[in-house]
Amino acid sequence: MSTASSHASPVPNPAQPRKRSWGTGLLTAFATTLNTMLHRAKTQQYPENSPSLPPRTRGVIALLEENCTACMLCARECPDWCIYIDSHKETVPPETPGGREKSTNVLDRFAIDFSLCMYCGICVEVCPFDALFWSPQFEYAEFDLASLTHEKERLGQWVATVPVPAGLDERAAPAKAVDQAQQKLSTAPPTPEVRRTDPGDTPSSTRATATDPLAGPATSAAARPTVEEKATLAPEAKPEAGESA
Amino acid sequence: MNSTLTEIAIRLAAGLGGFVVLSLVVGQMEHKVMAHQQARLGPMRAGGFHGWAQLVADGIKFVQKEAVFPRTVDGPLFRLAPVVAIIAPIVVLTLLPLTPTLSPTLDLGLFVVLAVMAVSVLATLMAGWASANKFSLIGALRAAAQVMAYELPMVLAAASIAMAAGTLSLPGIVNAWSPWWLVWQLPAAVIFFLAGMAELHRPPFDAPVADSEIIFGAYTEYTGIRFALFLLAEYAGVVVLCALTVVLFLGGWRGPGDPDALGWLWTLLKVFALAFVVIWARVSLPRLRADQIQSLAWKVLVPLGLAQLALTAAVKVAS
Repeated sequence: MSTASSHASPVPNPAQPRKRSWGTGLLTAFATTLNTMLHRAKTQQYPENSPSLPPRTRGVIALLEENCTACMLCARECPDWCIYIDSHKETVPPETPGGREKSTNVLDRFAIDFSLCMYCGICVEVCPFDALFWSPQFEYAEFDLASLTHEKERLGQWVATVPVPAGLDERAAPAKAVDQAQQKLSTAPPTPEVRRTDPGDTPSSTRATATDPLAGPATSAAARPTVEEKATLAPEAKPEAGESA
Repeated sequence: MNSTLTEIAIRLAAGLGGFVVLSLVVGQMEHKVMAHQQARLGPMRAGGFHGWAQLVADGIKFVQKEAVFPRTVDGPLFRLAPVVAIIAPIVVLTLLPLTPTLSPTLDLGLFVVLAVMAVSVLATLMAGWASANKFSLIGALRAAAQVMAYELPMVLAAASIAMAAGTLSLPGIVNAWSPWWLVWQLPAAVIFFLAGMAELHRPPFDAPVADSEIIFGAYTEYTGIRFALFLLAEYAGVVVLCALTVVLFLGGWRGPGDPDALGWLWTLLKVFALAFVVIWARVSLPRLRADQIQSLAWKVLVPLGLAQLALTAAVKVAS
């Protein structure tokens, strides 16, 4: 022990575990539990306080009936076939005289059997017309299985509970449409007029470059270009920086 | 003669009432303290206000439950075990001094209390043997081995305080007590408390009821009210241990104010403070193995107890 203490340097060596004196573990255990006791309990008392669920919670599926074209994609992709769709075709008179009659699908029945649903969300993913949404509502327990089949009226009622979609993550790639618009801008020759009239909500490439005084922490997450974009955008941004300087 | 009988009846009634009320309060305290030390809330519904009636509700549920007797069970012994388990703490509670006036005049109080406390291991052995179940038997034998090992340091610590006070009477010890005994008799107090926890097989000394290896030890086959009696006996054991530690080592009813008027309050406050420590240890510490429990008793507590006894004797001879 005496040799070990004489070798001990003031800087602890991270490779070797720190030697703890006897009883430290016991005291730490008692301190930890006491500390926990002196802080508020984490328990949320459910029926009295409803839980604050994240917006992407998979509680129940809502149907926006107006958007549904009865294309059956969701019913076909459903792994346990719990979506029931009935529809019929109707002909619509031509919009212009002499034109051709159009035929549209009219939805008769749209039902999801939540006693079968496994909440995989594939139907929400595949819907090309944004007719299905996740809602965090989860309080729809029933006393019989048949009542768990929600018809389109009930599914429509859930739409009101669908939360506003969360913004993109801070480091996420920009949305597809935004990305395409930026590519168009970067290939076209930059004109100052376009930049001035650029509305704030559509993220412009030049606004977010590092040379712009407006860019910085205040720039919205969606408007922040990725590293690759910065590399491609940097040469074009330079002339503007020269003008302003 | 008649007055003696009346006194016995009153004391038994008080002991029984104290047994039920104090055990339930300690049990509820365990629910709540344990929950909050684990960042939970514990029972919140029964009785309305923070689940105060949870243990009452549990008791009602236990009474309603079917009493299951496995076919090979030794019936009379199986029925008798929970009764034996609750008798020891009730008797001890009748013998503990609460205030200077409310204390039994028993010259051999300490001796009687230690003897009666040792009876409770019989209940565990009876339950384990009568259950005809290997888990129960292993649990009962572990409990017996534990009590064997920890009875010695417990008696050594009690002998030290009795020698210091020069009496075996419990009120006599409280009267002889002075605050500096907290320093002088500290090892004895720690030994006594630890040994008591081990005899009650409270965590971290709960190898006899280690649920992950032997289900619930000697109480595995018990259901309903008989199981509830064992649980109640455990909480009563905590009360008895804490009360005895308070009387022997922490000055009993002593504290600011008139001991006849406020003594009971000081006694109860100290008892619940110690009960908190028992619960705190349960939440904080992992379970010791059966062999670790044995080596703590024989290699640490017994030598320490002998050293404390020698110190006490030396101080007594010198003064």
